[in-house]
Amino acid sequence: MATTSFATGANAAQPDAATQIEIYRRMNLIMQNDEASRKIIRSGRLMMPYYSQRGQEVIPSAISVNLNDDDKICTIYRGIHDMLAKGVPLRALWAEIAGKVTGTCKGKGGPMHITHPASGAILTTGIVGSSMPIANGLAWAAKLDKTRQVTIANFGDGASNIGAFHESLNLASLWKLPVIFVCQNNRFAEHTRYENGTSVDQISKRAAGYGMPGITVDGNDPYEMYAVANEAINRARDGEGPTLIEAMTFRFFGHVFGDDDFYMTKEEKSAAMAADPVPLYRAKLIANGVATEETLAALETDIAAQIADAIEFALASAPPPLEELTRDVYAEQGVA
Amino acid sequence: MSAIETKKITIIQAINEAISEAMAADPKVIVLGEDVADREGGGVVGVTRGLSTKYGDERVRSTPITEQAIMGAAIGAAIGGYKVVAEIMLMNFTTVAMDMIVNHAAKLRFMSGGQTGVPIVIRMMTGAGISSGGQHSDFLEAWFAHTPGLKVVLPSNPEDAKGLMLSAIADPDPVIFVECTRAYFTPYETPVNVAPIPLGKAKVTQQGTDVTIISYSEIFLRATAAAAELAKDGISVELIDLRTISPWDRETVIASVKKTGRAVIAHEAVKQFGVGAEIAATLQDELFGQLKAPIKRLGAPFTSVPFSGVLEQAFIVSVADIVAAAKSTLA
Repeated sequence: MATTSFATGANAAQPDAATQIEIYRRMNLIMQNDEASRKIIRSGRLMMPYYSQRGQEVIPSAISVNLNDDDKICTIYRGIHDMLAKGVPLRALWAEIAGKVTGTCKGKGGPMHITHPASGAILTTGIVGSSMPIANGLAWAAKLDKTRQVTIANFGDGASNIGAFHESLNLASLWKLPVIFVCQNNRFAEHTRYENGTSVDQISKRAAGYGMPGITVDGNDPYEMYAVANEAINRARDGEGPTLIEAMTFRFFGHVFGDDDFYMTKEEKSAAMAADPVPLYRAKLIANGVATEETLAALETDIAAQIADAIEFALASAPPPLEELTRDVYAEQGVA
Repeated sequence: MSAIETKKITIIQAINEAISEAMAADPKVIVLGEDVADREGGGVVGVTRGLSTKYGDERVRSTPITEQAIMGAAIGAAIGGYKVVAEIMLMNFTTVAMDMIVNHAAKLRFMSGGQTGVPIVIRMMTGAGISSGGQHSDFLEAWFAHTPGLKVVLPSNPEDAKGLMLSAIADPDPVIFVECTRAYFTPYETPVNVAPIPLGKAKVTQQGTDVTIISYSEIFLRATAAAAELAKDGISVELIDLRTISPWDRETVIASVKKTGRAVIAHEAVKQFGVGAEIAATLQDELFGQLKAPIKRLGAPFTSVPFSGVLEQAFIVSVADIVAAAKSTLA
C-alpha cells in the first residue's frame, strides 16, 4: 500500500514480546475506557459531548510505544485514545471529563480539550484540522533546541480537506520539521462518507504534493502500524523531516454519542465490528505464544479496577471554585 | 536635570530596535513571518531588516504565504518554550488565521487550566489613506479586544512603539500589536534608551480642564493637532493616548473625565460597536450625574475602506472632526 518506499517484510521494525503486550495493554485500556464512558453517559451520571474512539484502538497504541515521555502529541476531539496511549493519568482524565477541579485542566477544558504536558499531551482541539499547525510549532521548538524529540499530529480523514492540513504539510516539509502527521481514516467525516468528501482515493497520495513520504497502512493491524510509525519517528528524530501516515480504521459508534448512524449501512458496521481489532490481536498474542490467557486476563482486570477507581475519584471530586471562571484568562490570576 | 540622549527614529526603526534588544537579551526570542528575513528584504517595509543577519536565519525565519501555518508554528513554539514575534503582514490577513488566534492562542491558557501559555506577539500593519482599498486597510482591533485572552496594543509614536514592544515580547500572553502605516515613516526625537512600557497604561500627554480627548494609534496624532486648534479658542484639552486597548486603563480615563466632565473618543475603526462604545458605556456607568455633556464618539462611517482618494479621506476621522466634536460638548 506504500506510495513511497517504506521497509517491508523482514526489514520492517518488529515489536519485541514485551512491546507487543504493552500495545495490547494500551488498546485494552482505550477499549474499556470507551465502554465505561458510554455506559456512564447512558446512566445519566455524567453529561458530556462524547466522541467514541471504539474501533480505533490500534493506532495510538502502536504509535505511542515508539515515543518517549518528552515527545509531544496534538490531537482532536476524538482523541481520548491518543491521550490514554500517551500516558495521561486516568484519575485526572476522568475528573476533567466530569468537570472537576482535580481534572487535568481543573475542569475548564472538558473532554474536547484534554491537556497534560507532563505526559507530552499538549493539545486537544475541538476544531477540525487545527492539531497540525500547532504540532509544527512544537516540532520547530524541538528542532531549535537541537533535541531529538518528535511531535505527533493526529487528525481525521475529514481534516485532510481543510486548509490547515495543506499549509501544515507544506511548512513541515519545507522546514524539515520532526513531526509525523497521523490521519486516522475512519471513513467518515462526521456524517459524510469518505468518497463523497475527498478528491483522492488515498489521503497518503497528498504527501507527494508536499515532497514528503506518505503511506497508507492498516491502522487496525498493530504490527503494520508499529513498523511504519517506528520508521517515520526515527526519520523525524534523525532530522529527515515529516511523514504522512494514513491509518485505515473504522469508528464503531458514529460521530458523536447518540448518533443514529443513518449514513452508514448496517452491513458495513457489523462487518467492521466483526473485525474488532482488540479481540483479534488478543487471540493472536495467545496463539503466537507471546502472552498467556492468564497474563492478559490479569492485565484486563487491573485496567478495569483502575478505571473504576478513576471514575469514583472523579465523581467524588469537587467542582472548580467560582474564582476559576476568570482565572487563567491571562497569566496574572483573576484578570477579568 | 540631566539631558536624556535622543535620536530621530521612525516607528519602523523603534520596533526593529525593540525586537533586536529582546533577541540580544534572550536567545529564546524568535521571529517568523512572510519576508521577514534579509534574503527577502527584512519585511515589506523593513521592520525586521538586519535581524536575520545579526541573529541568524534560524531565529528570524521567512515563511511562505501561509497565515494559519505561521500562527500555528508561533503557538506551538511558544508552548515549547520560545517567545515568538510573528508577523502577519496586514491586519486584514489575520482573517485567514482567526482560528489559530481566537480558538487557540487566546484560549489555550484557560482551557488547559493554566498549563499551556502562549507568549507570542502578533505584529501587523494597517490603516486607510494610502490607496490600498478595502482589504488592506481595516482597523479590526475591536474584534481582538472582544476576545478574552488577547492583549491589544496600538502605539502612536516611536518611543511608545519601542517600549510597548519590549513589554509585549516579555508578556506571557498573546499580544496583538497594531502598527499604523500612516505613522510608520515620520521620524521623532526618541530617547536612545527606552524602558519597557507596561501594557494597559495610558499616557496623559497634555493636562487640561474643559474636555478629555481619548484616542490611540495614528488618530491620536490628529487628536493632538485638534487640541492645539482648540487651544487657540481658549479650550483646555486633556489628551489621553490609550496605547493599549485590552486591557485598557480605566482608572486614568475615568479620573480625567471626572475632572473635565466632557469626553471625546476618536479612532479610525468604524464607530459602530467600536472601542469608543466600550469606553463611553464605562464612563456613563462610572460618572452618571457628573458628566456635563453627552460623550462624543468618532470613528469611520459603517462602510468599507474605499479606494478613491476623496472617499478615503472622508472615511478617516479628521482633525476638524475632532475639533468640532470637542466644541459640541462645550456648546
